[in-house]
Amino acid sequence: MAPLSYYLILSALLFVIGGVGVLTRRSAIMIFMSIELMLNAVNITFVAFSYYLNQLTGQLIVLFVITVAAAEAAVGLGIMVALYRNRESLNVDEINLLKG
Amino acid sequence: MPLFFVLAAISVISGLLMITSRNPVTSVIWMILSLMGVAGIFLTLGAEFLAIIQVLVYAGAILVLFLFIIMLLNLRAELVASHTLPQKVVAAILGAVLLYEVVVVSSTGVEESVKGTVDVAKVAVQGNSEAVARLLFSDFLFPFEIVSVLLLVAIVGAIILGRKEF
Repeated sequence: MAPLSYYLILSALLFVIGGVGVLTRRSAIMIFMSIELMLNAVNITFVAFSYYLNQLTGQLIVLFVITVAAAEAAVGLGIMVALYRNRESLNVDEINLLKG
Repeated sequence: MPLFFVLAAISVISGLLMITSRNPVTSVIWMILSLMGVAGIFLTLGAEFLAIIQVLVYAGAILVLFLFIIMLLNLRAELVASHTLPQKVVAAILGAVLLYEVVVVSSTGVEESVKGTVDVAKVAVQGNSEAVARLLFSDFLFPFEIVSVLLLVAIVGAIILGRKEF
């Protein structure tokens, strides 16, 4: 069995990969997917702590995180379809409607 | 132990390939592989119910939704010119700082006093789903109801956003 710190470092790696994805990609849909990857990294932390601290609560929280991610995906992709209908593009550099 | 490294390598490498590939469809495929790796990690931690949910909900529903939208919108591959070098440098520096920070924090150790009494490895042998369900419908009943309302709101929101007039 791998020690707790291994799981935490794996989670940190995945979280940073997601964060770099958010910063470098320009397509809104790719940014969205990177955010999902970051949510997954946090889920690993929850489950690892649940195992090593002998509590099932962490697994329950992950269940809620997955539910919220599903709701977020439904609404977010709805927004993207609406955006694409109006602007013919999902490039976040071109979406500056709220810029003052 | 070797199993952990194999699964960790699968999820990290496919995560890297996900954020670097130009074609969104390829990205989604790598993302699915990465999520499968995470599901395997959940299995090694005795969370079999979550592993199944991960495959069913994430890989089966959310990413299929992503694929569906990407193909529906007929997105062209991102323009190479928009990948400016300074942005990548800033992202790499910020990523390195964040990684350092998280690793330092996670190596400070765990407060032993918060340890509970449930041996997750033993629970996994007796039936992880049963234990999770018992907790979900007793202590977590209220959050469970709130999450179901949240899902309802998400359904309504998605339908309203998908209307023609927007």
